[in-house]
Amino acid sequence: MTASPPHKEFLAGVRDQLPLLLGVVPFGLIFGALAISAGVPPLAAQGFSLVIFAGSAQFIAATMVGSGALPGVIVFTILIVNLRHALYSASLAPHLAHLPRRWKLALSWLLTDEAFAMASARYRRGDLSQAHWYLLGTGMTLWASWQVSTSLGIAVGTRLPEKLPLDFALPLTFLALLRPNLVDLPSWAAAAAGGLLAVLLGGLPFKLGLVLASLAAVGIGLAVQRLSSRPETGENV
Amino acid sequence: MSEASIWMVVALGGLATYLIRLSFIALIPHERLPAAFREGLRFIPPAVLSAIVLPELVLRDGALALSLDNHRLLAGVVAALVAWRTRSTWLTIGAGLLALILLSLL
Repeated sequence: MTASPPHKEFLAGVRDQLPLLLGVVPFGLIFGALAISAGVPPLAAQGFSLVIFAGSAQFIAATMVGSGALPGVIVFTILIVNLRHALYSASLAPHLAHLPRRWKLALSWLLTDEAFAMASARYRRGDLSQAHWYLLGTGMTLWASWQVSTSLGIAVGTRLPEKLPLDFALPLTFLALLRPNLVDLPSWAAAAAGGLLAVLLGGLPFKLGLVLASLAAVGIGLAVQRLSSRPETGENV
Repeated sequence: MSEASIWMVVALGGLATYLIRLSFIALIPHERLPAAFREGLRFIPPAVLSAIVLPELVLRDGALALSLDNHRLLAGVVAALVAWRTRSTWLTIGAGLLALILLSLL
């Protein structure tokens, strides 16, 4: 088996990440502008993107700074909003288990919704020996564009044409990356349950609906797998 | 809020986020996890991605909007068909955005 060399994987990761920037860059611009209008000093606004690097949590935290919430409450809210990353961490852990510690530390740092979505699609394809370079490529592209777009948002505010619904680009991206993850009946069941439960729990704050719906949906996927593999057909996964 | 407090929020919020991201990758040994847990891991991507997407399509201001004037739902259906046929991220995003823009012009 000929493994693709590291630099090719890295560049493939960068290239595959490019369409996601359509949604990420406007998000970063808006964050920068919103943080400034909430009274966050410019350097600290960039600090949010440099250190926390999680769009939704940053939005909520900056808004809370603006409304004068207690610092401890804001930190706790960031923690809750980012709980879903534990699911991403669990999902990627087996794929990264063989890597040296510095790789685990770096790829965890870069683990966002978008990076996870890209990774999930990558690990559905073959030749995984150098796939961590792919993750590094997607993660670094995302990180760099998040920093630059935050800076631009801080410096000049948002100057996006309002007619362009670019915020819709992110859900569309996740939709595209959902496709390769639908491989059999149990994975379809998990997706159907996850979507429906997330809609039902959509009223919960801080993305708790997303976390609870996903956990329940994993259980439903497992249950369907148990039921459907009971006959001798033993479907391969 | 003082600038020092804001930096404290950045530092502690960043630390909490990083620890969550590290959790299963670097902190909790994979072998120690129960078998059912490990078996369930492959359902995380379809479960989460769908849980992110579907509310964006069918909820509007927190209420269920299953009607033809919900343009995001219609554009999402178009994008889903394109994703299904082409498996291309570019084409899926392009088709979805184009559909949404065209619908808003109607």
